[in-house]
Amino acid sequence: MKVRVHVQRRPGIADPEGSTTAQALRSLGFEDVGSVSIGREIEVEVTTDDAGEARKQVEDMCRQLLTNPVLEDFEIEVLA
Amino acid sequence: MVFPGTNCEHDVAYALERQGARPELVWHTSEDLSGFDGVVLPGGFAHGDYLRTGAIARFSPIMSEVARVASTGGPVLGICNGFQILCEARLLSGALMANRDTSFICRPVHVRVESTNSVVTAGTRPGQVIEIPLNSYEGRYVAPGDEDQVVLRYCGPDGELDDRFNPNGSTDSIAGMANGPGNVAGLMPHPERAIEDVLGSVDGALLIGSFVASLQPA
Repeated sequence: MKVRVHVQRRPGIADPEGSTTAQALRSLGFEDVGSVSIGREIEVEVTTDDAGEARKQVEDMCRQLLTNPVLEDFEIEVLA
Repeated sequence: MVFPGTNCEHDVAYALERQGARPELVWHTSEDLSGFDGVVLPGGFAHGDYLRTGAIARFSPIMSEVARVASTGGPVLGICNGFQILCEARLLSGALMANRDTSFICRPVHVRVESTNSVVTAGTRPGQVIEIPLNSYEGRYVAPGDEDQVVLRYCGPDGELDDRFNPNGSTDSIAGMANGPGNVAGLMPHPERAIEDVLGSVDGALLIGSFVASLQPA
């Protein structure tokens, strides 16, 4: 099954790419732009058919390698 | 240590040799560091910096040996990408991410010695100002809040701490860290590139010299 991991910077950690992009959007004329936050998406395919087991495995992967707990939070979505 | 993508190993070896050490380059797949008195992780882009800087390098076979050397009190120094690897390996606290201004920074910076209780600052004086080059895009140190020891901070030419002198937006202007005992240390700027007059500064020799002085026969 496929599992999607959405990685986002932790609150309070400055996001220079996001703020530069927000500025660029405003200068393009998108005046309503507040903040922009840039994350990452990772898709992992696992062989198990058990959604709970797939989630558990990917959670472990996030803790051990896919994300850095000092900088990032993650959300897991089991696709199918 | 040499990982695929490491690119400062010859400069570091040269600098260590000038200070009287007998460096050897060790490929990352090696699983044995017995016989070595200390370890340096040089700068570069280990494993292409895929995922995050240092994230994959942490799983190179040699890293369990580096952890063993660190845990037995042996001197371990990470420079630039090596510092990022030590943070990812959780041998040092914190993490490094893209610079505040999303620009690559390559210029000499001043750093101030905050603690002399580390293998990289033992031969310096507290408050001493050192000029060495910074060369990184992902050099912004983010402190986890329970960090160990700050050993170097970015500063002005006279040691002034001010956001103006914080080139990359690091938490509290932190440029270098060490673990509690001080045997594991890491810094973003490159001391090995400031060891001869022709390079514009010789201050880096103080830091490399400190490290060499910390080496005790295994």
